Amino acid sequence: MLKKFMRMSWLVATGLLLVAGRAHAVLDIEITQGVESALPIAVSPFGWDEPASPPLDFAAIINSDLRRSGIFSPLPEKDFLARPRDAAQVNFLDWKILGAANLVIGKISRQGGGYAVQFQLFDVFKGVQLTGYSVHSNEQDLRRTAHQISDIIFETITGVPGAFATRIAYVTATTSGGTTQYSLLVADADGDSPRPVLNSRQPILSPSWSPDGSTLAYVSFESGRPAIYTQEIASGKRDRIAAFGGLNGAPAWSPNGKELALVLSKDGNPDIYVMTLGTGQLRRITDSFAIDTEPAWTPDGRSIIFTSDRGGKPQIYRVSSRGGSAERLTYEGTYNARPGVSPDGKLVAMVHAQGGNYRVAILELATKTLRVLTKGRLDESPSFAPNGSMVIYATEDRNRGVLAAVSVDGRVHQRLSEQRGEAREPAWSPFRQ
Amino acid sequence: MKSFVKVLVTAIPLVLLVACASGDKAAKKGAAMPESNAATDTSRDVRSGIGISDDRGFSGNALDDPNGMLAKRVVYFDFDSSVVRDEFTAVIEAHAAYMAGHPAAKVTLEGHGDERGTREYNMALGERRAKAVRQFLMLQGASSGQLDVVSYGEERPVALGHEEDSWRLNRRVEIVYTSR
Repeated sequence: MLKKFMRMSWLVATGLLLVAGRAHAVLDIEITQGVESALPIAVSPFGWDEPASPPLDFAAIINSDLRRSGIFSPLPEKDFLARPRDAAQVNFLDWKILGAANLVIGKISRQGGGYAVQFQLFDVFKGVQLTGYSVHSNEQDLRRTAHQISDIIFETITGVPGAFATRIAYVTATTSGGTTQYSLLVADADGDSPRPVLNSRQPILSPSWSPDGSTLAYVSFESGRPAIYTQEIASGKRDRIAAFGGLNGAPAWSPNGKELALVLSKDGNPDIYVMTLGTGQLRRITDSFAIDTEPAWTPDGRSIIFTSDRGGKPQIYRVSSRGGSAERLTYEGTYNARPGVSPDGKLVAMVHAQGGNYRVAILELATKTLRVLTKGRLDESPSFAPNGSMVIYATEDRNRGVLAAVSVDGRVHQRLSEQRGEAREPAWSPFRQ
Repeated sequence: MKSFVKVLVTAIPLVLLVACASGDKAAKKGAAMPESNAATDTSRDVRSGIGISDDRGFSGNALDDPNGMLAKRVVYFDFDSSVVRDEFTAVIEAHAAYMAGHPAAKVTLEGHGDERGTREYNMALGERRAKAVRQFLMLQGASSGQLDVVSYGEERPVALGHEEDSWRLNRRVEIVYTSR
């Protein structure tokens, strides 16, 4: 008991607390720009046979997921002529009149200690079922089940896997009474259920997901100097894996999960290294007189794309993950930094300065064309959704740091507004395994 | 005698206050009395101990002189640059001279950047700025063992605005004495 207490007080004394448990939603999603040709879809309220209200409003979550994709335009329930919960109750004419292209129905019932959730997706014009599932879920997993249903609907209609059941990690900084509290949070991809996994009075930055989604690597200044930690999200177990002299920054997990690219300046100036996890063995990837930082792996694990100012200004380069000479990828503009590679390896998102504004741009590797996607003044930290459809990034809204997302084609813009403090450094998780 | 010393001790700060307020001439004039008496109860260099022979009329360690060059402990930089501007040469030279004369002195050079651009690049840039100051200090006589470097990137701004008036104050290296 005493030992436990002492360990606790050590944590408090260093201004550091590991936190568990759920908090209320603090991210609100607002769609700032959508697609005019969004597909009209109707999601009928899910059936529930008990007098008390259902454990979760599935239709509301599915509607919200589909709406924020920008690809769907859910129809308002007040216009519905019927609220079917079984296929036998569906009259397609009711939905044709509303102009719905697709219809989703479903119902929830108790099953064992949890719930059975059924749903079906229809093509209204053809009058056929496109897909249908019945899944078992528990009280604490219902929300995830709703997001998984959204994923199935999205994939069935668009052909692209949905990323609604994924998560985001991000950092907040909240200043009050002259001190700043930094937190690393993990939330559902819709901003719900944010949970702090680390609180500190010193800066936290650069969260990176392990490819299995179980662990985060990040930089923490809790010792007064930068060090890289890994932390299992479920257990909170953490390890300090790099605390060399100088910089310890920009960790990036390799696609096979066995290595971590990172930036160290222990041998002089900042260079990219790859650490074998477990043994801690280091392999030096770059060796230039300049700043080399912000490594990102290509999905095949063969290359590392990074920022370097070896040409005088920061630009994006590519190097083999075994080291060797680097190839410059960007030539447009005088500031291109912090690359993020798309899941298919074809696109590189980056911060691109344009007339004094810092914006998210996407480079198509095959054609070397650069497209600017955002319109902010200080946009940064672009991170692809695991299905490659959207990029989440940090931006500024009325002088406050907030998170936003943009579709890869630049047509759909969303803002995720943090109610307290500054939100920054978003990292979109891989698909759940 | 004892009580006289006591009076004198309380008198010295008053003399110093007068000295500071009325300039060098008065400082030197007022110095005559305490100088000779204080010398009797200490083997230290009285002139520097009470500091009235100093042209700026200030006592103690030169680092504590609010009007001296050593009071300047921040070096500012241009955007995306780690070149030490000419206007800071004299400041860095003064610190180098102090460190050369005080081998026990230790300094942490804290590098910082403004909020524009990416966080990890700014972390690297902050380090490069701090190392540029370190290099300069070493060329002027400070030794490497006296100098420590840490970069905070854009994480610790001193000015919170989102325009150049704040940014120029945030692109800086702070010279922090951890030992004198």
